[in-house]
Amino acid sequence: MSVNYNVLGLVFASMHDAYVSELTKQRTMGSIPFGGRYRLIDFPLSNFVHSGVSEVGVITKSNYGSLLDHLGSGRDWDLARKKGGLHLLPPYSQTGGIYKGRLDALNNIWGFVEHSNAKYVIMSNCDVVTTINFNPVLKQHMENEADITLVYSRGVYDYEKNKCTTVLEFDGDNRLKDVLVDPQFSGECNIWLEMCIITKDFLKKIVSDAASRNQFSFTREILQGRRDDFKIMGYKHDGFFTKIDSIQDYYLANRMLLDPEKKNALFRKDMPVLTKIGDNGPVKYGLESSIKDSLIADGCIIEGTVINSILFRGVKVGKDSVVKDCVLLQGTKVGENCSISSVIADKNVEISNEKVLTGSETYPLYIGKGGKI
Amino acid sequence: MYTKKRVVAMLLAGGQGSRLYALTKNVAKPAVPYGGKYRLIDFPLSNCTNSGIDTVGVLTQYQPLVLNEYIGNGQPWDLDKMNGGVHVLPPYETQAGASWYEGTANAIYQNMRFIERYDPEYVVVLGGDHIYKMDYSKMVDFHVANDADCTISVIDVPKAEASRFGIMICDDKNQVTDFVEKPKEPKSTLASMGIYVFTWEKLRKYLIENENDANAKREKGEPWSKDFGKDIITSMLRDKQRLFAYEFEGYWKDVGTLDSLWEANMDLLSPSVPLDLYDPSWKIYSRNSNMPPQYVGDNANIENSMISEGSTIDGTVDFSILFSGVTIEAGATVNYSIIMPGTVIKSGAVVEYAIVGSDSVIEPRARVGSSPENIENRDDWGIAVVGHNVTVSAEKVVAPKQIIGENI
Repeated sequence: MSVNYNVLGLVFASMHDAYVSELTKQRTMGSIPFGGRYRLIDFPLSNFVHSGVSEVGVITKSNYGSLLDHLGSGRDWDLARKKGGLHLLPPYSQTGGIYKGRLDALNNIWGFVEHSNAKYVIMSNCDVVTTINFNPVLKQHMENEADITLVYSRGVYDYEKNKCTTVLEFDGDNRLKDVLVDPQFSGECNIWLEMCIITKDFLKKIVSDAASRNQFSFTREILQGRRDDFKIMGYKHDGFFTKIDSIQDYYLANRMLLDPEKKNALFRKDMPVLTKIGDNGPVKYGLESSIKDSLIADGCIIEGTVINSILFRGVKVGKDSVVKDCVLLQGTKVGENCSISSVIADKNVEISNEKVLTGSETYPLYIGKGGKI
Repeated sequence: MYTKKRVVAMLLAGGQGSRLYALTKNVAKPAVPYGGKYRLIDFPLSNCTNSGIDTVGVLTQYQPLVLNEYIGNGQPWDLDKMNGGVHVLPPYETQAGASWYEGTANAIYQNMRFIERYDPEYVVVLGGDHIYKMDYSKMVDFHVANDADCTISVIDVPKAEASRFGIMICDDKNQVTDFVEKPKEPKSTLASMGIYVFTWEKLRKYLIENENDANAKREKGEPWSKDFGKDIITSMLRDKQRLFAYEFEGYWKDVGTLDSLWEANMDLLSPSVPLDLYDPSWKIYSRNSNMPPQYVGDNANIENSMISEGSTIDGTVDFSILFSGVTIEAGATVNYSIIMPGTVIKSGAVVEYAIVGSDSVIEPRARVGSSPENIENRDDWGIAVVGHNVTVSAEKVVAPKQIIGENI
C-alpha cells in the first residue's frame, strides 16, 4: 500500500492499564509483551502502516519507559520519517495532573493533531488485538459522510468475566442506536474494538466543546450522550480479535494463538505484524527435547519438554524439565528437572532446578518481572 | 563532507561461488543462507560493527540483485550512517571504457577513490564467504604494535589439510618470511584466512604497481593477474616489507563447497564447536523477515536442531537446521539436513543428509538424500542438493551426491 497522507493515526498506549495491573506495574498497556515476540502496540502500529498511514501519534500516560525503549525512532515500523512518522506524545493536562479520558488527552495534544495535514483521524487502543486494514473502513466513512465510524466485531460477551467492554447497537442503516458499557447480560453482541475513524474538523469541534464543559469521556459524552446529534456509524470487522482485560484473559489470549486458524488470521502474510528486531539466534532444541503444540520465539534454548505453551524470545528450558500450559515472557530461565504448569512468568524470571510450580487454567500463577524462585 | 576514518573495510563479495552449484545460480555466494537465519555476509558485516569499523565498501559483481537488496542501507548491521556506513560498489564505466573487476586486487584498485574520501590510515580487506567471529580492532592493534605494512590473519590447520590453503611461513616474532599458495609439501600449518590489514599508503602503492605491471604484461601477451595473495602479498615480500601473521584462535570455516556448507551448518548443533550465536556481546545481525514465532504442532518430534521464526513444524526433525518460514508437514521426516527459507516438506517426504534451497517444495513421499549407512559403496555417498525454487514431485528420488537445479 502506498502512503495516504490524508489520515493521521492516534494510538492510546495506556488505555485500560488498571485492568491488567500485574503486567502494567512496570510498563503500560502498549508495551505488554504478547504472542512470543510482540508488544501490544505492534498491532495498532502495523495496522496503520499496512493501511498506508505513515503519520502516527502515540499518546502515553504513565510507566512508559519500556514503551519508549520499544518504539525508538519508529524505524522497525518504517515510521522514522521526515514527512509524518512516529510522534511520542507524553502526558500533559491543562486541567492539572495527568489527563482523564480520551477527550482530555486529545485536547492536550491538539496542537499536534492541528499541525497535521490529514483530513481524517483513526484512533486505536492497544488492549484489543486484531489485524485490520483501515482502508475499507475509511472508504465506508467517506461514502457515508459520517462524523464517526466505530469499528466493531461480533463476539461473545460475558458480564461475569469481561470488563471495560463497550457493546454497540445499530439500526438497519448501520447507524448507532445504543451504547452500553459493561452491561448486565451475556451473549453474542457487537463489541467495540476501541477503534474509530473521525473526520478531523468534527473531532476539533467535539474536543474543544468538551474542554469548555469540563467533559473527559469520549464514550460517555459523545457516543452515549450525543449519539442522536451526530452521524455515528458502525463498521463490522470479521477477522480474529481478542480484548485483554484481565491477567486470566491475557493468559487465554496468548494461548489462543496455538489455534492455527486464529494465529493465521492475526499473522497474515499480506500484513505482517512489525516489531522491534531483537537479533536473537534461531531456536535451539537439545538432544532430548520434546515439544508439542507450542509457539516458540527466536533465541530460545530448549532441552526439556514444552507442551501447550508460549515461549517468548530467549527463554531457556533445562534438561528433564516439563513446561505445560505456560506463558513465559522473554528471558525466563527454567532450570533442570522442574515441573511448571499454568504459569505466567514475566520478563527475566529465574526458576532454579527441581522446582514444582502449578497454577490453574482459570487462575494462572503469575510471577513478577525478574522474580527468582 | 567526509570526515577522516582511521580504518575502512573493503569486503570482496563479487565471487560466483561456482562450487556451490545450484545454490548460487541466481545468488552471489555471500548471500547464501547459513545457520537458520543468516546469510554468509552477516558474519563479516557484524564483525565490522562489533569491532567499531563503521565504513565498509562491499565489492559486488556476480548476480548482485539479492545481495544488494539484502544489504540495502545497512540498517540491520547499524551501518546506515550519515558519515561512513556500508556502500555497495559494483564495477562501473569510465571515459576510458568499462571493465569488470579483474581479480581481488583490481576490485580494490578500481575503488581507490572510495577509500580516499575517508583518508584512512589502515584498510581491512575481507572476504564474504567465511563463518567466524573476530574482533578486527585487535588485529589492527597488532598491526600497529608491529609497525607492519600488512598483517594477514592466519589459523593453525591440521597438517593433512594444509595443502588446501595459502600457507604462511613465519619467524619467531610472527613476521612472514614466505607465502606459498596450496603447497604440496607445506612447511607450516598457518593458513591464510583471507583477512588482511594494510597500511593504506603501502597498499595504495602496491595496487597501482600491480595494475601497471599486469596491464603491461597483458599488452605483451604474457600471463598476468591482479590478486591479493598471488600478486600484492608476493610483491610486498619480494620488497622486504614488514608482513606479519596474526594468529586467530576460535571457530573459522570456509564454506566454499557444498560439503563444507553442510558441515558448517551441522557444526552449530555440536556442543564442542566454539561458535556461539547467542552471545549478546557479539551478536550476529541479519535482515529480519518479520515473521511470527515458530509453531510446533501435536505430531512434531524435534531433537537437536535449530529452527527459525515463521516455521510450522508438525513432522519429525532431527539434527537439522531450518530457516524462517519453513513448513514440515505431519508425517514428513527431516534428518541431518539444511532447509532454507520458505521451503515446504510435505507429508510422507523424507529428506536426509541434504541441503534444500529456499522456496522449494518436496512433495509427498519424495525422497531427497540418504544416510551413508544405506549406501553400499561409500564413494557413491554425498550430500544431496535441491536448488532454490525447485519442486521435487511426489514419489521422486534425489540420490545422494545428486544436485537438482530444475523441477523434477
